[in-house]
Amino acid sequence: MTHDFSQEMIEDRESQNQQGNTWREYFSFNTDHKVIGIQYMVMTFIFFLIGGLLAMLIRAELLTPESNLVDRPLYNGLFTMHGTIMIFLWIIPFNAGLSNYLVPLMIGARDMAFPLLNAISFWILPPAGLLLLSSFFLPNGTAQSGWWSYPPISLQVPGDQFINGEFIWIVSLVLIGISSIMGAVNFVTTIFWMRAPGMTFFRMPVFVWSVFSAQLLQLINLPALTAALILLLLDLSFGTQFFKPDENGDPIIYQHLFWFYSHPAVYIMALPAFGIFAEVLPAFSRNPLFGYRSVAIATLGIAAISIFVWVHHMFTSATPGWMRMTFMATSMLVAIPTGIKAFAWTATIWRSKLHLETPMLFAMGGAAMFIFGGVTGVMLAATPFDIHVNNTYFVVGHFHYIVFNTITMAIFAAIYYWFPKITGRMYAEGWGKLHFWLTFIPANITFFSMHPLGLQGMLRRVSSYDPQYQGWNIIASLGSFLLGASTLPFIANIVGSWLYGPKAVDNPWHATGLEWTTSSPPPRDNFEEIPIVTRPPYDYGNPKYSVIVNSDNSE
Amino acid sequence: MFSVFEYILIAVYVAVLLIVSRWMGLQAFSWMPPQATAEAQRVDDLFSFLVSIGAFILLGLIGVMVYAIAFHRAPPEDYTEGHPSRGDARLEILWTATPTLLVVWIALQSFNIYQQLNILGLNQIVHLHTPQQEAGGKGAGGRGNALFQMPLFESAPAVAATVSDAPKPASETIDVFVKQWDWSFRYPNNVTSNQLHLPINRSTRLNLQAQDVIHGFYVPEFRLKQDIIPGRKIDIVLTPIRPGKYRLKDSQFSGTYFSLMETDVYVESLAQYNQWLTQTTSSEQTPINQAVAENIQPPKTLFNSGWYTVTPAQPGIANKRKLNNDT
Repeated sequence: MTHDFSQEMIEDRESQNQQGNTWREYFSFNTDHKVIGIQYMVMTFIFFLIGGLLAMLIRAELLTPESNLVDRPLYNGLFTMHGTIMIFLWIIPFNAGLSNYLVPLMIGARDMAFPLLNAISFWILPPAGLLLLSSFFLPNGTAQSGWWSYPPISLQVPGDQFINGEFIWIVSLVLIGISSIMGAVNFVTTIFWMRAPGMTFFRMPVFVWSVFSAQLLQLINLPALTAALILLLLDLSFGTQFFKPDENGDPIIYQHLFWFYSHPAVYIMALPAFGIFAEVLPAFSRNPLFGYRSVAIATLGIAAISIFVWVHHMFTSATPGWMRMTFMATSMLVAIPTGIKAFAWTATIWRSKLHLETPMLFAMGGAAMFIFGGVTGVMLAATPFDIHVNNTYFVVGHFHYIVFNTITMAIFAAIYYWFPKITGRMYAEGWGKLHFWLTFIPANITFFSMHPLGLQGMLRRVSSYDPQYQGWNIIASLGSFLLGASTLPFIANIVGSWLYGPKAVDNPWHATGLEWTTSSPPPRDNFEEIPIVTRPPYDYGNPKYSVIVNSDNSE
Repeated sequence: MFSVFEYILIAVYVAVLLIVSRWMGLQAFSWMPPQATAEAQRVDDLFSFLVSIGAFILLGLIGVMVYAIAFHRAPPEDYTEGHPSRGDARLEILWTATPTLLVVWIALQSFNIYQQLNILGLNQIVHLHTPQQEAGGKGAGGRGNALFQMPLFESAPAVAATVSDAPKPASETIDVFVKQWDWSFRYPNNVTSNQLHLPINRSTRLNLQAQDVIHGFYVPEFRLKQDIIPGRKIDIVLTPIRPGKYRLKDSQFSGTYFSLMETDVYVESLAQYNQWLTQTTSSEQTPINQAVAENIQPPKTLFNSGWYTVTPAQPGIANKRKLNNDT
């Protein structure tokens, strides 16, 4: 297991145990999973801010029906880069960072299974991200064909330039994919082999279950995307004809390969968010997670079903009727395990002792909005309705209810919840609550407005639109500017508290879970000695957690 | 788990929810554009049904959360447990069975409506009009399309076997040609025009053909959408039932001037339709194509990137597609 622990590294670890982390640690090839986790989280947050700025530019253009802020090629570049950055450089790697920090702590391991591989998979990302951003400075700009990059439209590039936006987009995505696969190998191995004595599968926190399921999906489905991108690159730059219809190629094959990964990708993003809800909700409602075992199995169930639903993105492509009906049925199945989860969260809150601190607000807000996103998702699975709203703002609204209102809210919940553990300091509660309301209300304004637009037939990706759509567009745009502003109190709170916040205790939330049994921040090897697990997870009601030992919550 | 009072409360809440969600389902019709085809009525019925079920689930769960926030708050420093229940087999079976039955119900409803829709998805007899194919060559795409015709797929699941992909009869056939960024239509008497005219209450078949990239045929009031894929002939059949003027839009992202690829659709009586057909000749001046106009004279924008764009093809099928210096 630890075959890449050389003697050198062991000495290195011992020397690190003696000294604390300086800021230089974070710019080095450090193999500590906690350092790597923070590297991931901080870097992806910077990309989140960039992606958000692009989104605000898009919404600024859509304030008026005419095209008057950016010209059309630039607009197409903006939404392409917004989608690509938010998915591949924010949510997926942020989840990887959070999982990196927490999984070894939660299962009682000293580190990940392959520390060196872990560092490599992080350090692939910054160059790939910078490469992607560099395409803004090319003479003909970034890729302009949307984050799906469907051929033949993605193959329409200036013929005399070998290095063009699309080329850079593909290379960058392949690099990010390689990083993700390395990470997935590491996570699956770690969860399988590195658990502490007594940590059986059904004693693992649901967050670990969800990381396990999500990373299995990466292993199974990501190669399909990598293959599709490599074939696309060959078509683009080396004259092959895999996807060129006028030369006997088939563009529909690309759509199948692409969605075979990119639908599960949504679950790769969403499952860790569900895992975060399953950690935060019990801690602040003081109840065990209701129906823990069925929630854990539902996590795997979502992953398994999500492999077989990809064609629902192609209902209006050249998809025969039998295929439409088959994939309508499989897509509907997803509602069953996700329904189990939503009911379990609700039952956990029922008759509880609620403490509404910031992480709980974000978790409850995210869970509530996930139910809305799930309802519109079931609607979209119904083929006849999907044929009407496919590629309209209804889909954009549904998707953002999942990726922002659910997943990004969960990410904020996680940042506030584990902030004392990661930094050893406490954030400012008032600023956190302000951040929640500044996020929750504008997010609903922005993304709800997109549903009526879609029902009325406003198509996604348009840079100008019929005047009849302007009303809802103004509302959505104003909401999005507020949403952009909402990150400011968050950044101020996090940076200020990290540097000057009051010292946090080891377990400020009186939460169960092995990560709270060690000091804040944890030592290099995580635990003084490896814990032995004897109790089920979410052991709220155990006097150990309900009788206050240190009531100083630094508030 | 529950006291008698709570059971009564739940029963009352469920009754209120049923009324509210039914009302929302009825409201849903007004959220849609006008119904201009027979198919649109079916789709809106389905949407109304989905809104009712969705509103019930959404309001039910959010109601519980709001109730908990209102009545289950703990005093600070009280970290004792809310209730000792770690699970309840009956409840879990109930909430596994409920979504299962709901989605089966939704799926059956959708399936029935899909059958009534009379949409012809992919015409299985795909014509690849490429030189190699006609010469009997087999390229990657030839195999790709043969994939859809392999015997493997003829034994489609029994449940789906009733969804027919056979060509459906239609009284009128119109050829639709798309390219970046122009719609043109060829009518049975060989008239071509940039406007789509459809006779009311008669089924019309549209033969969709794309020249360069994937486009999409979409009129919101028709509730019909079909991607148009270069190298394939795809048919859809529709029956307009409401006279008027509509906008036809390109529903699949097709590049720089994607937003400008719109044209007018007229649904009119058979007499008016025939009159229009006889009065119109192919040589009639077509309105200036928006994409061409904008390519020549770009509008003033705050930021000008000057990034690459494909030059729009000149409108009209008679014109040969101008070769761009980049293709």
